[in-house]
Order: sequence, then C-alpha cells, then structure tokens
Amino acid sequence: MSKANLLERRSVVSALLAGRKDAIVVGGLGASTYDIAAAGDHDRNFYLWGAMGGAVMIGLGVALAQPKLPVVVITGDGEMLMGIGSLATVGLQKPGNLTIVVLDNEVYGETGGQASHTGGTVDLVGVAKACGIADARALATMGEIEAFAPSMQDVSTGPRFASIKIDSANLERVLASRDGSFIVTRIRSALGFAPI
Amino acid sequence: MHARSEASAETPPSWPEDIFSILQRFDARQVPYVPDAGHSQLIERVLKTPSMRAVPLTTEEEGVALLAGAWAGGERGVLLMQSSGVGNCVNMFALTQILRFPFLTLVTMRGEWGEFNPWQVPMGSSTAGVFELSGIKVLRASHGNEVREVVEAAAGQAYNACTPTAVLLSQRLIGAKVFTK
Repeated sequence: MSKANLLERRSVVSALLAGRKDAIVVGGLGASTYDIAAAGDHDRNFYLWGAMGGAVMIGLGVALAQPKLPVVVITGDGEMLMGIGSLATVGLQKPGNLTIVVLDNEVYGETGGQASHTGGTVDLVGVAKACGIADARALATMGEIEAFAPSMQDVSTGPRFASIKIDSANLERVLASRDGSFIVTRIRSALGFAPI
Repeated sequence: MHARSEASAETPPSWPEDIFSILQRFDARQVPYVPDAGHSQLIERVLKTPSMRAVPLTTEEEGVALLAGAWAGGERGVLLMQSSGVGNCVNMFALTQILRFPFLTLVTMRGEWGEFNPWQVPMGSSTAGVFELSGIKVLRASHGNEVREVVEAAAGQAYNACTPTAVLLSQRLIGAKVFTK
C-alpha cells in the first residue's frame, strides 16, 4: 500500500494540534487515539477505545454544548465509514465550531490492513460536501495542513471537514488512558463542571 | 417509523406535555431523535423551544454518542426513538457503562398490543431484554395517567444517579397503528 508522497500520521496530528489552545479533541478508536496521545496528553482529549462509528457524533454533542470552544474530531477512514450517516446529521446542525479530520490510509490498520472503501470507490470529501458540509477539502501536503490548522480555532465558520491521505505504516502504539469515566470527568473538570 | 395514526386527529393526549415539563425541569438540552408518530407531539414541542436543541438522526446509535459528547460538554439530553431503533444502538450502548453519563431514552413501543405488522414484533419483543443486557434500567408506562410519575422517576435516576435508564411507552398508551379501516 505504499504510495509516494503520503504523509506520516503522527506529524500530521502534531501539526494540527500544535496551536490547539482551548480546543477539545476527540480521537476515533484505534490509531487516531494513539496519534492524539503521541501529540501530548491533554485534559481536553477525548480518547475512544471503542464505540466505532461514534467519534463524529461525540464531537457534535460537545460542539453543541460548548459553541464558543473549538471541537476537533480526528479519526480514521474505517471509523468514519461506520458512522458515515453522522456527516448528514452534522450537515443539518451546522455547528460553526466543529472540525472533522479523517486520517485516511485506505486500510483497517488495527485488524491486519484489510482494504477500506476509500481505497476503492468512496470519496469522503464528496460525501461530506453532499451532506451539507460546504467547507470540505483534501489536504495533501504538510504546508496545507499547517495552513489549515489555525482555521480550526474559528468557531463561526464550520463545520469543516478535511481528508488527509496518510501512509499505512503501523506505528508503535502510544497508550492514553482507557478509563472512560476518568477521561470524561477530566474534560468536564477542565470546563468547570463538578462531578455529580 | 410508525406513521401518525387516525387517532391523532382527535384531541391530543396530555402525557407528551407531561414529559416535556419534566425534561424542562431537569434541564435536558440536547434532544436527538429518529421520528416516531408516538413522539410527534413531543418533537414538535422541542422544535419550538429555544433552550432545547432537537437533533434529527440518520440512525439511533448516533444519539447515544451525541449524548455522551453533550455530557462531556456540560449538557444533559434525552434520546427519543421507537423500539425498532433500540437494536441499532447495541454497540454504542457500551458508552453508558464506560463513560458513566446520565443516559435517558424514551422509547415508543411497536410490536405489541394489537400490532398489525408482524415485522415489528421481533424487535418489539426483545426491546426490554436488549436494554437489560446492555446494563440499562427499564421502566414502562402503559397508561396516560402514569406517564408523569414513570418519566419523573426515570429522569431522576438517570440525571441524579447517572443510572442509564429507558422508559418504554407502551403501544397500549400510544394506540396501535391503523393500517386498514
């Protein structure tokens, strides 16, 4: 699956999150969660270790609750495909503060590298646009990613969607907390909400 | 999706308004739903209420994930769906145990009490069991005059004790869908 000029996922995620400020970042299960952890643990990171297909909807729930904060969902092509209808739901709600980034390696990397639909017929940018997410684009170079990252801070011009083709190398896992209750309580605490 | 029945041309029942008042009192803000005739009055009420955000879904499992995100962001909500949608949620129900958030869902029942359409029966028959196997408490209301206290108890334990709870609104309460006269 090695193709020329594909980007390296950890560099992409580090560049996206370098100027994250107060953003809440949701990572889809699998490698995206490890990438976010590798960019630096943060009390506003929402790591998913399951609930495949749910990353975008979790991001939407946070975005609607916190319209003044940037919310960034970073997930993989397989996780996005499982929740593909959530793009239609986001397109209808139009949260200005939500950014969805798909790290697309065209394979199910966690399960042995089986081909996903995006390596064949599916164009996720086209799907996002057709679902009503007008700002949907493919980012192909680190320069484009660095130029895109600051736009994620703008909470009035979303939702935006970016697909980034990455190489399919399986990198060493960087393990974040997998205690869901801790992860959510930590985010709530960072936002000023007490435990029940 | 259970279309509006002939009965809805009559005076609307008061229990959807009871549910609405309870949701307002518990400050439920995000209201994801897949439409159902039994929920139509409540959905219309929510759509007209600025403090609530109605979120139409493409499939019910989206609503479970949405409410998890809402809680992380400091808001409560409620998922409105029909019994057939409960099966669509199964894997996502894991979030209610893993994240321990105040999950409340109100489910209009099909596949029971005079059902005409046999295709509704299998999922309607397993709805309560699916919730129980998923670690979600099940309460049921079968008569208009008990909806208020059942939904109030459900909202109390879901929101105050983070105990994931489903209320089944019986087909007996809503009325079986009329296909033929």
